[in-house]
Amino acid sequence: MNEQLAYTIEVFANGLMAGVLYALVALGFVLIYKASGIFNFAQGVMALFAAMTLVGIQNGQVPFAHLINSIFGTDIHYFGWTVHSAFAIILTVGVMVLLAVFVQRFVFRHLVGQEPIILFMATIGLAYFLEGMADLMWGSDIKTLNVCATEGACLPQGMNVWLEGTTYEALGYGFFIDNLDIVASIVAAFLVIGLVMFAQYTKQGRAMRAVADDHQAALSVGVSLNFIWILVWSLAGFVALVAGIMWGAKSGVQFSLSLIALKALPVLMLGGFTSIPGAIVGGLIIGVGEKMFEFLIGAPFLGGATENWFAYMLALVFLVFRPQGLFGEKIIERV
Amino acid sequence: MSDSYVTADGRTIGPVVMEMKNITLRFGGVEAIKDISFDIREGEIRAIIGPNGAGKSSMLNVISGFYVPQDGEVWYKGSRRPAMKPYQVAQQGIARTFQNIALFEGMSVLDNVMTGRLTHMKTGLFSQALWKGKAEAEEVANREVAEKIIDFLEIQAIRKTPVSRLPYGLKKRVELARALAAEPSILLLDEPMAGMNVEEKEDMSRFILDVNDEFGTTIALIEHDMGVVMDLSDRVVVMDYGKKIGDGTPSEVRNNQAVIDAYLGVAHD
Repeated sequence: MNEQLAYTIEVFANGLMAGVLYALVALGFVLIYKASGIFNFAQGVMALFAAMTLVGIQNGQVPFAHLINSIFGTDIHYFGWTVHSAFAIILTVGVMVLLAVFVQRFVFRHLVGQEPIILFMATIGLAYFLEGMADLMWGSDIKTLNVCATEGACLPQGMNVWLEGTTYEALGYGFFIDNLDIVASIVAAFLVIGLVMFAQYTKQGRAMRAVADDHQAALSVGVSLNFIWILVWSLAGFVALVAGIMWGAKSGVQFSLSLIALKALPVLMLGGFTSIPGAIVGGLIIGVGEKMFEFLIGAPFLGGATENWFAYMLALVFLVFRPQGLFGEKIIERV
Repeated sequence: MSDSYVTADGRTIGPVVMEMKNITLRFGGVEAIKDISFDIREGEIRAIIGPNGAGKSSMLNVISGFYVPQDGEVWYKGSRRPAMKPYQVAQQGIARTFQNIALFEGMSVLDNVMTGRLTHMKTGLFSQALWKGKAEAEEVANREVAEKIIDFLEIQAIRKTPVSRLPYGLKKRVELARALAAEPSILLLDEPMAGMNVEEKEDMSRFILDVNDEFGTTIALIEHDMGVVMDLSDRVVVMDYGKKIGDGTPSEVRNNQAVIDAYLGVAHD
């Protein structure tokens, strides 16, 4: 088999995998946007916050250690225990739900009926607040996130090694694929199926769609807006956690993680802000597009490093020719 | 509570299901409702009428929990109702429609009607998501109720149509269907005939009477078209400038001097 073709296929596959991770972040945006009309700028920071909380709990780090130490003159940093991954994930979900309640209770409940731009500004504030909070709670050093943090705290033994990445022999050529990316794709698939089933078939899912459509009407059929908003923010927190785990495991838990949210923006422009399938397809197109562009045009002709701007350029093209994205609802306003 | 009751027009209606006692509602310095009391009896069509700005819509919003009155008590099914959120009132079995139509524009007619069944969905989250066991039976039962109401209101042809594409008159009918789907103890209609032409008004009147007749639904409605109300309702409350100026059967109200003055104006000497 042609070496060049095989290499192209490998680049394509890796692009797909990267796209899955973009899609995961974009999904969080779409969820909140659909259910409350808020464009949540803090989604990326929520992923960071979730990943840091997970690592912190796993490693038995004392939250607010610096604060406590400087006030009481103590020198404590760790509880001295480690927490099993599965249990730590459950605890982190709990923290994200608490965060959702907090956000709803102290921020958005007071902004009901305000202009979208005001809500958007509130989420920018929330993003900086959360970033500071993450720093204060867990410190600003780069952490490695292994879904198996320590010996014995791992789900299946030896998964660490397996996650490093392997070379698959096929068609007489060794394809290098990061196993973590495969896991991420499977997790993302389950997440999306779960979210769609939730939204389509459950009472809460129906209520969520109702709230997204019309607040007054939703109230009149017995839906509590407050409850639904907390639910939506919790779900977004959960999606952020999944995205945070995947990105964190790939490139370490660090503050630049919140910047991946920016990559989700072109994904949303492509897929449409209101469409769950759009977020996925948009993510895949951006992932594959930037890898293939770099490989076929960028590296040979443009001196490389096109991955940094390709996604934004593509989004710009979409904004000009199809502003509602591939799957978004067309906005028609009568004059 | 009191039992069934025969109106002056000779129609027998049920016992009191809701009673408003000395309701006063203020917006800042403006009194929208001043010390109003009246009751709603089971199985009747109770109308609240009055000129523009009389406080009719405010009254309906008090009943449905959208406004909380500063003074007065709301009694529902024999006990005093504490201050409640609108969604809690809906869960207690009081459904409503809106003057300016509040439908889920992005959903189909059927999905809209199905949201009316939300308060009747009881099975757990996971069985619903997986569509198993009791959840399936419940979904089928809810769907049957919705379909029956869709048939009844003659909107089968547009079941799958997104609501945003429907003309005004049909939207009003879909909203009625959604409220009915909740199988409410009291159905509140906020100007069900506002903005309709004569033919649509006749259709809507027929549906309101049929609903009351067929399902025995208690209906409280607001309307400022006197003619329509007099034909439809069993008893009428008349409001003017936030005060109650008349209460009784249509024929009683028609001959009430205060009501005539409010509608036709009165000469000031």
